Amino acid sequence: MTEKIATREAYGQALAELGNQHPDIVVLDADLSCSTKTNTFAKKFPARFFNMGVAEQNMIGWSAGLAASGYVPFASSFAVFATARAFDQLRNSVALSRLNVKIAASHAGLSVGPDGASHQAIEDIALTRLLPNFTVVVPADGPQAGLATKAVYAHQGPVYLRLGRPQVENISKDLSFTIGQAQILRSGSDAAIIACGTMVHEACRAAEFLARDNISVRVVNMHTIKPLDTEAVLAAARETRVLITAEEHSIIGGLGSAVAETLAEAGIGIPFKRVGVNDCFGESGKPDELFRKFGLDADNIVRQVKGLL
Amino acid sequence: MFVFHDFDLTWRSPKFSVIIYSAIPFLCWVRERREVLLVAFELNPDPGFLSKQALVIRRDIIHMLGQAGSGHTGGSLSMTDLITALYFAELKHDPARPNWPDRDRFLLSKGHGAPALYAILARTGYFSVEILSTLRQHGSMLQGHPDMNKTPGIECSTGSLGQGLSMACGMAVAARLRESDPAYRVYTLLGDGELNEGQVWEAAMSAAHYGLDNLCAMVDYNGLQIDGETCKVMNLEPLADKWKAFGWNVISINGHDVNEILSAFGRARLTARQPTVILAKTVKGKGVSFIENQAGWHGIAPKPDEVKKALEELR
Ligand SMILES: Cc1ncc(C[n+]2csc(CCOP(=O)(O)OP(=O)(O)O)c2C)c(N)n1
Ligand SMILES: [Mg+2]
Repeated sequence: MTEKIATREAYGQALAELGNQHPDIVVLDADLSCSTKTNTFAKKFPARFFNMGVAEQNMIGWSAGLAASGYVPFASSFAVFATARAFDQLRNSVALSRLNVKIAASHAGLSVGPDGASHQAIEDIALTRLLPNFTVVVPADGPQAGLATKAVYAHQGPVYLRLGRPQVENISKDLSFTIGQAQILRSGSDAAIIACGTMVHEACRAAEFLARDNISVRVVNMHTIKPLDTEAVLAAARETRVLITAEEHSIIGGLGSAVAETLAEAGIGIPFKRVGVNDCFGESGKPDELFRKFGLDADNIVRQVKGLL
Repeated sequence: MFVFHDFDLTWRSPKFSVIIYSAIPFLCWVRERREVLLVAFELNPDPGFLSKQALVIRRDIIHMLGQAGSGHTGGSLSMTDLITALYFAELKHDPARPNWPDRDRFLLSKGHGAPALYAILARTGYFSVEILSTLRQHGSMLQGHPDMNKTPGIECSTGSLGQGLSMACGMAVAARLRESDPAYRVYTLLGDGELNEGQVWEAAMSAAHYGLDNLCAMVDYNGLQIDGETCKVMNLEPLADKWKAFGWNVISINGHDVNEILSAFGRARLTARQPTVILAKTVKGKGVSFIENQAGWHGIAPKPDEVKKALEELR
C-alpha cells in the first residue's frame, strides 16, 4: 500500500467501522468533527455522537460520565485543546478514577502548519504521559492509526491517541499492532533511531541516507510512549553505538525524555541526542518548511547521528 | 457492558441495610431480562422522619470532622437536609448493590462536602457507621474528597470544583442510550461558589441543548465561599435568571424545608425535555449556632470542646 493517508483520516474510518460492531462506542467532539474526522461516525451513528460545541472541559466531563455508565467514549479535538485546555479534567475526572475514556486528538505537532503556534501541540505527550493510569499511543501512519484505534478500544482504561493533520507515507508496513510493543522497521548496528509519529518516516529516510555512507541504522517505531517498551530501548542501546530519539514534540517530557529516563536508570551510558522541538514554540509555515527550520527532518537526524559517531 | 467496581464486600453492616426483598410480580415483567429480584432502598417521605435523620447526619458530621481534625464543616452542614431528603425519600438506590445498573445516581460536585455524603451512605447502609470515624485517615476508604474507586456508593471522584455537572450530563445521556432498560435519574449538588467555574456553564448549556430531563442539579445556595460572601468575591446574581437563560427549569426553595425539597424533586421529575436546577437557599453551617454563616468555618474542623458544644445544640 503506497497511498498516503493522514492518521486522523484513518482514525475516522476505523471509528466508523468499530461503531458497527460495538454499540457501546460513543463519540464526542468540540466543534471540530470535520477536522478530527469524527464526522464519519457522526453521520453513521447520529444517536451516539455528541457535539459539545467549543467546550473541551465539558467534553471530557461528559466522557467521564459516559464511561462511568459503561460506555466507551472517544473524545476528539485538536491536541492542544484536548490536553492542555482540559488538563485538570483529564486528571481529576478521568485519570484519578481510571475511567475508560479515549482521548483521540488530531493536529498534533508542527505539521498543523499555517495555523501557527497556538494550534501546534508540542506538549501533549508530556502532559498525558504524566498522568497515572494513562496509556499514550502515537501511530506513525494511516494503517497503523487504524489498527491503533481498534487496539485503543479494546484496551481497558484511559488512553491518549495522538493523531496528525498531514497525509503521511505508509511506513509501518502494515505490521501487526500491539500497544506497548515497539516495531523494528530496519535493523542496523552503528546507530539506533527511536522515533514516533511523523518522525518515523524521517527516521527511515535518515537511515537510507546514512546507509549510503555505510552507516547501518536501526529504526524503532515507538508508537506507544506509555507504557514504554523499555526492552526495545535497552536492546537498541546495547546493540548499537549511538542513540537518537525523534519526535514531533518538545524534547522535554516526551519520547526523548522517556528513553533518557530508561537509559539512565539502567546505568547505560551511550552517546545520545533528542531530536524534537527544542524548548520553543512553533510558527506558521508549510509543514516541510517548519520541519526543516526546527530540525525535525531526515537531514538533521543524519547530522546528529554523524555528530555522535 | 457496565463497569463494576472491585469493592471489598465485607464492609457492609446488615444492621443498617434497610432493604426490601420485593417479589412484587407486577414489577418483574419490567425486568424480565434481569433475573434478579427488584431490590431497593425503602423510601420514606415523612417530614418528621427526615428531620430526625438530618439530625443524625449532622451529629455524624461533627463527630467525623472532630475526629479527623480537618475538613469542611460549613458546607457539609448546609447541604445536609438536601441530601438527607434525596437519599431517604427520592433516590432509587440499593445500598446492597452500589453498582445496580438501574439505580439513580447522585454526584457530589462540591466534593468538599464529602463528610455529609459519607454519613448518608453509612446511615442508608452502604457501609458500617463505625467506618465514619476513619475519615481522612491513612488507609481509610473515606478519602478527604470522594473517590469512586475507594468508597461504595460514590459515583464519581470529585474535589476539583466545577466538574461534577459535566459528568452528571454524561451519566444522564447514558441512561437515554440504554434504550429498553429502565431509565434512571441523575442528581448532582454544586456549591454556589463553585458556580464561578466556567465549566459549570459549559455543562449547563449542553444539558439544556440535549434536553436532559432526567438530570436534576441542586445548588447549595449558602451565599458563602472561602474568601467571604459570594456577592463580594464574585457576584452570581441574578442567579435564577442565569439558569433560565441557559434553558433550565428553575425551582427556588428553602433548602432546609423538607416539604419544599420533596416537592421540588417531584416537580423536577415531572419536567420534560429540560433539565431542572433547584436553587436551595441554605445557611452555611446550619444547625450549630457558632458555625452558622461564618466564612471562616468553611474549611476547618471543630476542636474537642467545639464538638461538645455543637452536639449539645444538635438534639
Ligand atoms: C477547581 C478548584 N479550585 C479551588 C478549590 C478550593 N476550594 C474548595 S471549596 C472552595 C469554595 C467553594 O465554595 P462553595 O462552592 O460555595 O462551597 P460551599 O459554600 O458549599 O462549601 C474552594 C475555592 C477547589 N476545590 N477546586
Ligand atoms: Mg457556598
